[in-house]
Amino acid sequence: MDDSKLRKRMPVSTLFDLKIAAPAIAQAFVKLDPRTLVKNPVIFVLEAVTVLTTFLLVRDLVWGGHDLGFTFQIVLWLWFTVLFANFAEAVAEGRGRAQAETLRRARTETRAKRLLMPDNHEVFEGVAASDLRPGDLVVCEAGDLIPSDGEIIEGIASVNEAAVTGESAPVIRESGGDRSAVTGGTTVISDRIVVRITAGEGSSFLDRMIALVEGAERQKTPNEIALNILLIGLTIIFVFATATIPSFATYAGGAIPVVVLVALFVTLIPTTIGALLSAIGIAGMDRLVRFNVLALSGRSVEAAGDVDTLLLDKTGTVTFGNRMASEIIPVPGVSEHEAAEAALLASDADETAEGRSIVALMQEKYGVQRRTPPEAAKFIEFSAATRLSGVDLGARKLRKGAVDAVLRFAHEQAGRDLPEPPAFRAAVERIARSGGTPLGLVENDRLLGVIHLKDVVKSDIRQRFAELRRMGIKTVMITGDNPVTAAAIASEAGVDDFIAEATPEDKLHYIRNEQAHGRLIAMCGDGTNDAPALAQADVGVAMQSGTQAAREAGNMIDLDSNPTKLIEIVEIGKQLLMTRGSLTTFSIANDVAKYFAIIPAMFAAVYPPLDTLNIMRLASPQSAILSAVIFNALVIVALIPLALKGVKYRPVGAAALLRRNLLIYGLGGILVPFAGIKLIDLLVNALHLV
Amino acid sequence: MTLIGWLQIAVFCALVLALTRPLGGYMTRVFNGERTVLFPLLRPLESALYRLGGIDEKREQHWLTYTVAMLLFHVGGFVILYALMRLQAFLPFNPAGQTAVAPDLSFNTAVSFLTNTNWQNYGGESTMSYLVQMLGLTHQNFLSAATGIALSIALVRGFARASFKTIGNFWVDLTRCTLYVLLPICIVFALFLVWQGIPQTLGPSVEATTLEGAKQTIAVGPVASQVAIKMFGTNGGGFFNANAAHPFENPTALSNLLQMVAIFAIGAALTNVFGRMVGNERQGFAILAAMAVLFVAGGAVTYWAEASGTPVLHSLGLAGGNMEGKEVRFGIVASALFAVVTTAASCGAVNAMHDAFTALGGMIPLINMQLGEIIVGGVGAGLYGMLIFVVITMFVAGLMVGRTPEYAGKKIEAKEMKMAMLAILCLPLMILGWTAIAVVFPPAAAATGNAGPHGFSEILYAYTSQTANNGSAFAGLSANTPFYNLSGGIAMLVGRFFVIIPAMAIAGSLAAKKAVPASAGTFPTTGGLFIGLLIGVILIVGGLTFFPALALGPVVEHLAMQANTLF
Repeated sequence: MDDSKLRKRMPVSTLFDLKIAAPAIAQAFVKLDPRTLVKNPVIFVLEAVTVLTTFLLVRDLVWGGHDLGFTFQIVLWLWFTVLFANFAEAVAEGRGRAQAETLRRARTETRAKRLLMPDNHEVFEGVAASDLRPGDLVVCEAGDLIPSDGEIIEGIASVNEAAVTGESAPVIRESGGDRSAVTGGTTVISDRIVVRITAGEGSSFLDRMIALVEGAERQKTPNEIALNILLIGLTIIFVFATATIPSFATYAGGAIPVVVLVALFVTLIPTTIGALLSAIGIAGMDRLVRFNVLALSGRSVEAAGDVDTLLLDKTGTVTFGNRMASEIIPVPGVSEHEAAEAALLASDADETAEGRSIVALMQEKYGVQRRTPPEAAKFIEFSAATRLSGVDLGARKLRKGAVDAVLRFAHEQAGRDLPEPPAFRAAVERIARSGGTPLGLVENDRLLGVIHLKDVVKSDIRQRFAELRRMGIKTVMITGDNPVTAAAIASEAGVDDFIAEATPEDKLHYIRNEQAHGRLIAMCGDGTNDAPALAQADVGVAMQSGTQAAREAGNMIDLDSNPTKLIEIVEIGKQLLMTRGSLTTFSIANDVAKYFAIIPAMFAAVYPPLDTLNIMRLASPQSAILSAVIFNALVIVALIPLALKGVKYRPVGAAALLRRNLLIYGLGGILVPFAGIKLIDLLVNALHLV
Repeated sequence: MTLIGWLQIAVFCALVLALTRPLGGYMTRVFNGERTVLFPLLRPLESALYRLGGIDEKREQHWLTYTVAMLLFHVGGFVILYALMRLQAFLPFNPAGQTAVAPDLSFNTAVSFLTNTNWQNYGGESTMSYLVQMLGLTHQNFLSAATGIALSIALVRGFARASFKTIGNFWVDLTRCTLYVLLPICIVFALFLVWQGIPQTLGPSVEATTLEGAKQTIAVGPVASQVAIKMFGTNGGGFFNANAAHPFENPTALSNLLQMVAIFAIGAALTNVFGRMVGNERQGFAILAAMAVLFVAGGAVTYWAEASGTPVLHSLGLAGGNMEGKEVRFGIVASALFAVVTTAASCGAVNAMHDAFTALGGMIPLINMQLGEIIVGGVGAGLYGMLIFVVITMFVAGLMVGRTPEYAGKKIEAKEMKMAMLAILCLPLMILGWTAIAVVFPPAAAATGNAGPHGFSEILYAYTSQTANNGSAFAGLSANTPFYNLSGGIAMLVGRFFVIIPAMAIAGSLAAKKAVPASAGTFPTTGGLFIGLLIGVILIVGGLTFFPALALGPVVEHLAMQANTLF
């Protein structure tokens, strides 16, 4: 994945980017509406008690009361806390909106050329793209924007999909097969295609993408719901803990002002994580989008973090797409050079990737010169019937192809049974055993040797799989190859398991079987025959280049059509959960210091000995309480960047990861507020705020 | 603090640990319905009981059915116990001619014994007839203990099973627990106690003439049998008012040591049952280790606080530790250890007066109970209470390693969290809520034996002990009033059943889930990190909840005492 390209396309907006921060500040006020806030219970409770103290402040202002300045400052900071929480969410949404703007530009009001009659592809009318209905046929010619999502039913064209994928190199789209889907908002660069529209207005790919990055369709994920329950539970516990204090104080012969109780309550309830929770969720989706992956639900992002097994297609993921020649083994009596020259000649006009790799190998490894073929040369193209290709140079007939086809050819040329040289058979068997494909080479009735074609495993893939294993994820390679070939590639690439001679049913069966054992499966695919497996998998990543069926079956779409990206998706899923967990821990751990700040201050008048608990040596009861409230508000702002960026994931195993995060967010969460509150207290006193 | 003192603590821990595996293995076989040594002897009786009750032992119950069966069983138990106390004057085995117990006290006592609390707002020898003590109280001692164990086994099954609709049969679990576990152990232990000098008789109290020639009435009765189950079943309700401080309930240092071991024995063994049932004994040991760390830390603080005494005592010329309210035959370490053991587990038997402990020494028992009695805990209740904390711990830990949280192969999701939080909420609601009411309700506040923070601690302790189903008394509080009897009864009911019902819902929900195989991405729950994290969560949740209350009770009392201020 080319990082530089990504950054260019989707700039990482910072908190201090005015374009995002300014509207976010406005949004923070809009979000004060209790009807929206009620979705976030902790912040809702926070707002409720803030309103209560505001009333008390107003009452005191009107009827007169003590410590108005102090009460005013507490109330002010309580409002700041609510606003900061809203601001965090607004910033996360703002970043999504900035991306949506880029997308929206692609969806300018497009005119479409709708066919009047399905059979006549020449007669069309101009209509607005918004008037198109699923099933309509439209014509797109070079320079046209494709008006909506659809499927090519006729023609082939190169299409610039930069608007959606950010990739400026055009891609080929053609009717039939796995590359027939087109996306609204992309541009036809050459040729002419007829497209059947599949998406109605507002439900096209681009529309969904905009809705997703804006966070408009965001629903709470299962894990977020569970976490919310924990936070609500903690809030209730703190209701009990603070609501009983007035009665305890009465017993001790004192009274606690309501605003002080509210201050204690607000600093205790998990406002930090409560404020950042939805920002974390939005930012997680956002991170995926910046990786050019579109998750169709937050649930699938979370599931990605839990994945136990990855199903990967061999071709394109584990190996480069094509097999390549790696050596030639001549039979005894034929020199290596002679065999290599014959191989080059036989492949000279072969434009397949395999043919080209043979030509390249013979030149580079065996030093054969490539000459212009003689005029008389007659090239024989590969056909499925003969399974041979080659060249006729007068009487000299060179052929290469499947071993049995080559033997049959030699036999026909000789007109009699030929003994197969034992060395030839041995070479064929050796290549087959190693997982390669043997390609026979013959000149008339004389066998020359065997070309070794092999799948070339991507250079860094072994390391990626090792990384996945450390994350606790099993990798399974799916291939249509025979088991011997599959086993050889599997061991070379370092996957944990493989399915050879895999049919779509095999994939589905494998997924169901793993799921029955409680495992979560991720896979990626692009073909229509992948659709059932994509739908069955817990995380199904469809390639943007794939068919409409595949794209609808999956719950994520990779705009770069890069299957190895599953690994990044898993990391992002884990990062999302980790960020939530770490900030929750931090938020709760903070409470220890706040107790030590507020409790001695609260009872200073009733029980002076409790001042021993004032281990921060805060200057006065009022400054202690105010400092704790200010710290509680500021820590939200301080943590917004972390919430948006996410806690870094390292594939080091669960225990090591936990130890690290506990040290930073657990222990750190206990210690940081001691220092922070003390610092604020010094400042508060220096400025004579109380 | 002395070496001998620490050795006593070490011997105690060694004895408990030595019993954990054998008893755990035995109980696992019992609850799995396998053959055990006692099978030939007790199986006919067991089958006969099922036939009598019309129970099909092969038929398991859904968690709701299981819970409803348990609740109905308790309603019946309550009615019988309440009636026995109200009608004891007309019933046999009443040589002392005790009259009917007051309605509010009967309510409080019936709830108390039903919920395995054994809070006693009465003096046993001066209030209850032998019939009530044996048929009512001792009988409930067995059944409330067996219920707790059965429920914990049901929850363990939730973790151990995958894709199951049922979590066992309440009647079968209850019967097996009573027959194969509690009865045999208690018969042996009661005989041991009789040997140590505890009376076991149906005869009336004994008249004695003292050296001065005064007449003294010495209460006796069927004591040994009740003491045996009060310890093993972590009930704690004494036969005598002085409980385990009374020479007839706890005559010797040896009886004292083994009674403490008895309190922990079944609770500790249940962690092993958990490990065995989920297929990895180390899971059980990890939980036991977390309990052990908390226990030893609490024991050390109490022992240190009591052994150091107070500056006030020192200034009066009383060097050494604080012996106030302690029996000379036990001394400081055995008293401090007993106090920690009895409150860590939900036993509540006392061999010294916690009220007379130093402020910090008395705070540890209070904290032990406020954490939910999960340090070994009440039989069964300790394990399911601890597992609820484990659920919360693993939820946070799971998030921090980037996976949907899971424990023992079960995913922890919204439903489990909801139930776990419900269970945790009932403790502060009852403890803090009732304390807040009592301290400002003049008649209730007037019932304290001391003023200031110490009086506050007495009330806080009373509701903590009842809500946590401990039953130990701080003493000092005259709690036999309608207000304390009723409010305490409610606290005990909520503290028991509002933990049980969520725990059973978790059991049902977990049993129905698929098991998730462990991988390198799964956080291992058998290592030190898990133990540390679990302890951390328990202390933080408990600490944050009760910090203000503790600060206003024992903490301020301690700080004031350092400054020579007494209340």
